This record gives sequence, structure tokens and C-alpha cells, in this order.
Amino acid sequence: MKQNNFLTPYIFLFPAFLCLALFFFLPFFQTVLMSFFDYSKDFYTPVFTGFSNYIQVFQNKVFIQSVFNTFWFLILCVPFLVIFPLFVAILIDQKIKFSNLYKLIIYIPVVVSIVVVAIAFKWLYQPEGLLNYFLGLVHIKPVNWLTNPNIAMLSVALVTIFKGIGYYMMIYLSALMSVPKELYEAADIDGAGFFKKHLTVTIPHLMPVIALVTTISSISALKVFVEIYVMTKGGPLNSTKTIVYYIYENAFESLELGMASAACVILLILVTIFSTINILCFERDKYGL
Amino acid sequence: MKNIKGVFIHLTLILISLFCLLPFLWLTSTAMKGASENIFQYPPVLIPKFPTFNNFYEVLKAVPIIKYAINSFIVASFTVILNLIFSSLAAYPLARMNFKGKNAAFFLILLTLMIPFQAIMLPLYIIILKMNLIDSISDFSGYLGMILPFCVNAFGIFLLRQAFLTIPKELEESAFIDGCNSFQIFTKILLPLIKPSLSVLAIFTFVGSWGEFLWPSIILTKQSLFTLPVGINELQGAFSANYRLIAAGSIVSIIPILIFFISLQKYFIKGENEGAIKG
Repeated sequence: MKQNNFLTPYIFLFPAFLCLALFFFLPFFQTVLMSFFDYSKDFYTPVFTGFSNYIQVFQNKVFIQSVFNTFWFLILCVPFLVIFPLFVAILIDQKIKFSNLYKLIIYIPVVVSIVVVAIAFKWLYQPEGLLNYFLGLVHIKPVNWLTNPNIAMLSVALVTIFKGIGYYMMIYLSALMSVPKELYEAADIDGAGFFKKHLTVTIPHLMPVIALVTTISSISALKVFVEIYVMTKGGPLNSTKTIVYYIYENAFESLELGMASAACVILLILVTIFSTINILCFERDKYGL
Repeated sequence: MKNIKGVFIHLTLILISLFCLLPFLWLTSTAMKGASENIFQYPPVLIPKFPTFNNFYEVLKAVPIIKYAINSFIVASFTVILNLIFSSLAAYPLARMNFKGKNAAFFLILLTLMIPFQAIMLPLYIIILKMNLIDSISDFSGYLGMILPFCVNAFGIFLLRQAFLTIPKELEESAFIDGCNSFQIFTKILLPLIKPSLSVLAIFTFVGSWGEFLWPSIILTKQSLFTLPVGINELQGAFSANYRLIAAGSIVSIIPILIFFISLQKYFIKGENEGAIKG
């Protein structure tokens, strides 16, 4: 199509790019830059120190632990968030009554603020709380959900899972609409049962979407923060301290800006690996690549 | 056989639905128990013996939750409006025009998808401080500081770009021949045609902004500007011993978003907005 002016596209793009430049690219470059400076002696005149922040961060036991904790958290919640919502979506997709009501209810945790969800779970996790009562019914001893360092991360992961099921279920539901119905008919003729039918038809067909859910849930797991801030503040004994929590503490509580920025760059590299895979492998269409 | 399968499916889904509601039901139950009722009673009681709204009254009297809700509403609404304007403006040339630097523009927008907010929030905080967009200057600049960093979003740009791509080119060409310029084509012809995608973007941006906690909790200093998530988190400090009031405040805070969700449910559960916005 002819254009009235060669400037036109740039005028349209300008407002968005001005905002991205100010609130995205500028802080992005500053993060990288700040990670090479030492702010601890004089906050206002930082000294260039090369890679020393990175060396310090990697020698810092708490940081190393927070990296391990973050991946432990990822391992706890990602497999469940990939498999369980698929199971739920397949059940809802069976042309059953009330399917919209089920979708509505299961999606509620997605729209409720994570702060409220975390407070609600903190209440369930009380030593004399509802969850321990349920465990007591099946003769299991009460669990110290948030005060036992071996269990606290699992308790946090359960909140993330609770908040995510509905979201990933919707992604699977829209993908299920694209599975050709003839494939199910063929499986029926072959005498395949409910589970076999889905193992041999649905899952292979949905492989790209399963991979997509794996990468996006991994990316959000790497960035986990609010659940931890509201429920455990990184404790007990640093057992729920994740990378973002470490950054938050160093940047906004102890004002170790250099260390915090180095940790930011490490987080950035980790997340970028996953999101590049995601965009290049699974979401090409969406981004017109 | 068919019946057994149906019963199994419904039972499973009912269990999952109960699991999804349980934390909120238990919170509501706690909020409705008066001082005479032990909230740690064993065995636990879901339906209070003497249900009362007193805790709601108390918490609303002690904490300006309505004010928090208004703040959340202001922040979320303006975030939505700016996103709609900036994303649709940027999406149009990316979908429809050929120009120098188009690939670079594409690449830069994609880049913003890869970089997590948490990794740039520290310098962003310094930038916002230097621009005086903080609540210690004035309420107005406080709101701006909460809104502007989220005023454009790469997901939105790509969502609207896809919507523009589905519109037949002939429509624009004939308008062009009729003497419309690009801006008129954009506002009079194209924008009305992508209304469904604009609503999806608006709704998901609203929910995202409404629930946002990390950024406002970093940048806010004045209680009168607290958004709901920040204010509700503060309840824990204010009423550390009184879970009845914390529960009552939390339940009050989710009512607006639940009403929003249930009245616009068709947009959420249609299933075609997958991955529209994810923090």
C-alpha cells in the first residue's frame, strides 16, 4: 500500500518506543553497567571494579543457596503445572454438563491477587490449621508447613501451583479444540479406552503446547517472589530464599547495589535462555517470525 | 460404562473445584467468626455458629480498604488506557507498513519479552526517583510512577498486530483512495474492527495491573496511595494476632475483581486469549 509520508510508521511507533526506551532499555543497560561497579564504599561515587561483584556473588553462600533454591522450586512446581492442568483440560473437554462452571471456578485463583492467595494459604498452613486437621484424619502427624526448612519450599510451590492450574488449563483447552476429531473416532474403532485414547492421540498432538507450558511455567518459576515475600520472607534458615528474593534484599534492604545488579544479570541470563527457546521454538506464529 | 465414566469425571472435577475454592471459603469462614468463637477450634468448623459481619466492619473502620481499592482502580484503568493507545499505535505499522528499521523494531520489542522485570527493577526505581515520579512529591506523580513503567507491553503489541493482520487490505486501500490519511484509516476503520482483541488486551491488562504487588510495594511510601495488594499485605503487620481481621480484609479486597471476572467471564473462558498477558 502507498503511504502518504515516509515518516508515518515512525510516528505511530514513537510513543511505544519512547516508553520502552525509558522504562525498559535504559534500566536494562544500567543493570548491566551497575554490575561492574562497587557501591559499598560511597553510594554516590561508585568505583569500577570489573567482574569483582560477580566473583563476590558466586562466593556468597547465600546467593549460591538461592540459585539452588530457585531450581528446586522450579522442579517442584513445573512438572505438576505441565501435567495436571492437561489432565483437567481433557476432563472438561469431554462435552460434559457444567463445563463452563468448572472452568469458571478453576480459573478464580488466577484472577485473585497472589497476595491474597498467599495469605489464605498461610492460614491453611497454621500448625493447628485446616491442612494439619485433614492430615490428622488420615493419621499423619501435623506438618510444620512454613517453619520446617525441608518443607517450606514445597509449601510455597503448592501456592504457585494453586494459582497456575487455571491459567495453564485454559491454554490446553484452546489447544484441544485443534485436535482433529477423526483421530478420536479412529482410536474408538481400534477399541482404545479413555486413557489409551488420550495417551496415543491427544498427548502426541499437543506436544508443542506441552513444551510451551513447560517453558512459560519455568520462566515464571525462575522469577518467583511474592509468595515468598508474603509467606516466609526467605526463611526458615534461607530455605525459601530465591534469586529474586536475594536481589530484593540486597537492593532495597542492605543497599548492596553492585551485588544485586550482578545477581540481576545472572537472573537475566537464566530467564533469557528459557524465553529464547520459547519464542523461537513454540511461539513463532504469535510474534510473526 | 458411559455412566461410570461420567460420574468419575464429575467427581474429579468437583474435587478440583473444591480445592480451588477451599482457601477462600476457609478465609470467609474465619472472617465471619466472632470473638466468642475459637478460630483454632478442633475439629474445625466451616460454617460459623454465630456468623457475624463485625470483623468486616472493624477492618473497614481501621484500614482504608475502600481507598486502596480506588487507588488500584485508578492505576489499573490508566494502565489499560495507555496500553490500548500505545500498543495499537505501534502494532499498526508493524502489521501493515513497510519501512526501514522494521526488523530492528520487531527485534527490540521481542527483546523486552525475554528480559524479566525483576532484573531491571533496581535501575528502574532509580530512574523513577530521578524523574520525581514518586508519591513524596505529589499524589499525581505517585500514580504516574506506578502506571508509566507498565504503559506498554510487548504481548499487547503482538496481540494487536495479529488482529490487524486479519483485516483485508482492500478495506484500507479503498479508504486511501477516498482520501483518508493513515491516521484516519487507523482510527475510523481499523480500530473499530479490532475491538474484540482490544477488549481482550484491556481485560488481561486490568487483571494483571490490579494484582501487581512487587513494583508498588517498592515505590510507595504513603499509605494513602497504597493499592489493594500492598495494603492487604500490610494487614499482616497491623493485625498480626488477629487473623479474623486479616481474613475479613482479604475477602473484601477480592470482591471487586471477582465481580469483574464473573461479569466478563466469556472473555476469560472462551479459551482463545491464551497467553495474552502473563506477568
